[in-house]
Amino acid sequence: MADSILQTENLTKEFRGFTAVDSVNLTIERGSIHALIGPNGAGKTTVFNLLTHFLPVTRGAIRFNGTEITGMKPAQISRLGIVRSFQISAVFPHMSALENVRVALQRKEGRIFQFWQSERGLSRYNARAEELLDMVGLSSFSKALVADMPYGRKRALEIATTLALEPELMLLDEPTQGMGREDVERTTALIKQVSAGRTILMVEHNLSVVSALCDRITVLQRGAVLTEGDYATVSADPRVKEAYMGKAA
Amino acid sequence: MTNRNILIVLALAALMVAPFVVYPIFLMKILCFALFAAAFNLILGYGGLLSFGHAAYFGGAAYICGHALKVWGLPTELGILVGGLAAGAFGAVVGLLAIRRQGIYFAMITLALAQMAFFFFISADFTGGENGLQGVPRGYALGLFDLSNNITLYYFVLAICLGGFLIVVRAVHSPFGQVLRALRDNEDRAISLGYDVERVKLLAFVLSATLSGIAGATKTVVFQLASLTDVNWHMSGEVVLMTLLGGVGTLLGPVLGAGVVVALQNTLASGPLSAWVPVIMGTIFVICVLAFRRGIVGEINALIKRSF
Ligand SMILES: Nc1ncnc2c1ncn2[C@@H]1O[C@H](COP(=O)(O)OP(=O)(O)OP(=O)(O)O)[C@@H](O)[C@H]1O
Ligand SMILES: [Mg+2]
Repeated sequence: MADSILQTENLTKEFRGFTAVDSVNLTIERGSIHALIGPNGAGKTTVFNLLTHFLPVTRGAIRFNGTEITGMKPAQISRLGIVRSFQISAVFPHMSALENVRVALQRKEGRIFQFWQSERGLSRYNARAEELLDMVGLSSFSKALVADMPYGRKRALEIATTLALEPELMLLDEPTQGMGREDVERTTALIKQVSAGRTILMVEHNLSVVSALCDRITVLQRGAVLTEGDYATVSADPRVKEAYMGKAA
Repeated sequence: MTNRNILIVLALAALMVAPFVVYPIFLMKILCFALFAAAFNLILGYGGLLSFGHAAYFGGAAYICGHALKVWGLPTELGILVGGLAAGAFGAVVGLLAIRRQGIYFAMITLALAQMAFFFFISADFTGGENGLQGVPRGYALGLFDLSNNITLYYFVLAICLGGFLIVVRAVHSPFGQVLRALRDNEDRAISLGYDVERVKLLAFVLSATLSGIAGATKTVVFQLASLTDVNWHMSGEVVLMTLLGGVGTLLGPVLGAGVVVALQNTLASGPLSAWVPVIMGTIFVICVLAFRRGIVGEINALIKRSF
């Protein structure tokens, strides 16, 4: 079997008797772009919450690069190299775009607890932060207060901030949700670009984005894996059509 | 920028001449409470955590500093430092127990532990019980300047409180302050970027407790007294009021709030309304919470923003 970066074994999450994620076995291949799709409420976001331990796992195991990470703290998982984004845009709204990216760089460099130093010293990260902003097409927004930025730009900023940590595995929860066609195209190209040298697991409702980007697709339905394969296989599966495409098409 | 520098120079000049115009003891009381409120604001305004037990750090340090000066005979500076460090150590213990909780649970745990401290101080021998720890010697600054002179003492207290305030300002504008801002803005995102938010909050809490302790210890030197008032839960409420009134999450707000509250208390205490002080303070508190949450400085800032 090919080299896998992340594996789950019977991953299960129950909310007071309701099974949101049901014995999911996922294998994410290193260097691939893997999509997690499924109708609303299928449990996609919950899987993300389990992988990053924002929610405790009810049953099952998660292995990252061969080591079991089940039970670790979310911040610890992030430091191992699994960095997630959120379904609703996750930015620091009262800071500038540059500062948003810098917060990530600061963490990576371990400048966290230095309360006696001047914040002016953080300007040493400006060049790298500008570079990352440039990469996602935000160079003209670097000084802008994030709260005032258009929605699509906030999502791009989120990707720049995540990239600052150089994660091995990026988890993107509906990165194009709520975007206009132009922004969707830009984001798709951006994800393609940043996927070089890393692995991406993404939840995406827009199937043209999925078909353009993803090497492998896992379909979730009511918490369980319905099927898995490449786009051609999955989209030809009548059960998927029934469960998912029937609704989307 | 230059405008700001001019304002800073004017403020410093005013602070230098103030004791010749206004009763120094009154000024020193304001200074100590200003530092206390600024330290408290570090955890409420910048850490987003409502502690309802800050009297324990203020009052605890007041007793410990009083004891250190009176019984151990430590030099004044060292006594104040010991008080501050003790408060910081107690803050670390409280923080470790409380920091995982949010909102009202955090407030309740901090209150409960502060009440335990209160009962300790009420029953411990060295505190003098209801009478308080009296007759604390003021000593000499740097072993040279006699602090029994109120004007000399004023400059000594000013230096400590300004120094403490500058530590708050620096912490807010430091790499750590940047992390605190991010955390207040979006805690989940900060976690997903790999921040141990509990450790970050704990440091803010310990800093806040230590500086609150320095404020309380300095107050002991001024009044030569540490008493149950300093550790009482009323004191925890008072610092919340000062911070809210002046403007939570602003640097100058708590300082201003402390000035207003202390001045009001002093004026009312000697007048016919003295019995009504708690009621008046309570009313101000309610008005603050209901009508202007941003506090004095916050409202002014918003006004300036809107008019440009
Ligand atoms: N914290 C929670 N407590 C209780 N139930 C939850 C919780 N989080 C999610 N659920 C439930 O689990 C199920 C799966 O939710 P989840 O958010 O994972 O779906 P999703 O596939 O991401 O859907 P969408 O496409 O709408 O984002 C839903 O029925 C949801 O109501
Ligand atoms: Mg979702």
